[in-house]
Amino acid sequence: MSDSERAKMPERREFILGVLKGLGAAGVGGAVWAGFLDGKKSYALILRPPGSIPEDAFLAKCTKCGLCVEACPYKALILAKPGEGRPMGTPYFVMRENPCRMCRDIPCTVACPTGALDTNLVSEQAVSGKKILAVNHAKIGLAVIDRETCIAYWGIQCDACYRACPVMDKAITVEPVRNERTGKHAVLAPVVHSDHCTGCGLCEHACVTKKASIFILTRSIAMGESSARYIKGWEEKDEERLRELPEETVTKTPRSEKNPLDYLNKGEF
Amino acid sequence: MVLRRISQISLMTLFITGNVLGWHILRGNLSTSRLFDLLTLADPLAVLQVLAAGKIVSLQAILGALVIVLFFTVMGGRVFCSWICPVNVVTDFANWLRKRARLDISSENSINRKTRYWVLGMALVISALTGVAAFEWISPISMLHRGIIFGMGIGWTAVLGVFLFDLFVVKNGFCGHLCPLGGFYSLIGRAGMVKVRHNKNRCTLCRKCLEICPEAQVLPMVGKESGIVLSGECTNCGRCIEVCDEEAMEFGLRHVYGK
Repeated sequence: MSDSERAKMPERREFILGVLKGLGAAGVGGAVWAGFLDGKKSYALILRPPGSIPEDAFLAKCTKCGLCVEACPYKALILAKPGEGRPMGTPYFVMRENPCRMCRDIPCTVACPTGALDTNLVSEQAVSGKKILAVNHAKIGLAVIDRETCIAYWGIQCDACYRACPVMDKAITVEPVRNERTGKHAVLAPVVHSDHCTGCGLCEHACVTKKASIFILTRSIAMGESSARYIKGWEEKDEERLRELPEETVTKTPRSEKNPLDYLNKGEF
Repeated sequence: MVLRRISQISLMTLFITGNVLGWHILRGNLSTSRLFDLLTLADPLAVLQVLAAGKIVSLQAILGALVIVLFFTVMGGRVFCSWICPVNVVTDFANWLRKRARLDISSENSINRKTRYWVLGMALVISALTGVAAFEWISPISMLHRGIIFGMGIGWTAVLGVFLFDLFVVKNGFCGHLCPLGGFYSLIGRAGMVKVRHNKNRCTLCRKCLEICPEAQVLPMVGKESGIVLSGECTNCGRCIEVCDEEAMEFGLRHVYGK
């Protein structure tokens, strides 16, 4: 557009054009920006400090200040650096190298100024009715055992993880199983119980195999979920769960949408 | 200038000692920190982004952000940029080199100075859309600051990017045009108390202040009329005061001198 043309252009038109240009540029920049963020967001394997809220919310609330990292007396918490492939500036553990020591006063959780780490998630009601910190409620992750490489499952005696566990005899128990190979010995097999395991990683740290045969995964990855209507008929309490469910739950598939019940009688066979 | 570097470096040192030596004067980083274990300070833009992302932040963080807003309302918003921000050290160096190498003379690229407000708006919109604090994830400021305290990773590439951009592409490109945090503090700075004041009667029209000023658009009054620099985009860096031989520029309190 030549200068003379520009001079002739009505002011309003110039203004609208300017705004459109701005919006266009913002759109392009914004799309790139948002796409970049989306790629950075998902890292399902990261082990967060005790008391961390669900990962999505955590990523939104954490301002990457590092106060939890500074609060950790064992320097176990690490602040992710750019280029590590983890969401940068957010805290995490590497259990094999430096696990969570389950401090009773949970300094990392307490230090969080934004609520990304929530003390309510690691507290319980004392007898007096007051809320007190209870680090055993932490759900950093869940210990998972590779039975093929765990030497205890081979029949060699090892209880390193069992001994290292701070929730001993609850989070990890040792179950005697008949050793079918020798026919006369017992395999003393470590078993993890998810309702007590805090995911502190002391077992992974203690494991004697070359690469740990017991290791911590985030609970979302390590655990399955059974459908609500499967009931443990042998447990009285579990049956009560059924009463809380809505009366009708129907599984919908593309086929059932079309013709829910009666396809057998309608000559489709 | 010297005072500004001392301020920037000593704050940095306090943060580093907070982490490495476990001193309790200042811990955390520019995003959120604790002063003497008593007072929480929080980056108001970061808090705003988290709120935009649809998350309720703790009262502690909101109060911390308000403390900062209040502080900069008194001191002039972009005091942050020139007296605290570590990226300023990088871009000032780029600018110095640019002058030495006479890169200014080659054809001048330019971006609209208002771009930063667009970026600021976008930061909030994108935070709302993606559910994470958008600028905090790409900010070279937090990357550099966090990097110095907690380890850099490849964060230096972002800082290098800013440096090269300022050196070769646009003069004062990042701080003066793009940075949404600077934009944010500009908005606060409009209400700032500490302001640069110009005395027309002493001015000899040497234009030194206009040449040194990284945000020269804030000095339209120089040589024309006496008054204070009203624009929030002024960073209160004091370079114009330093460079003026006639003492025609000085710091003043807005409400003491009046308009």
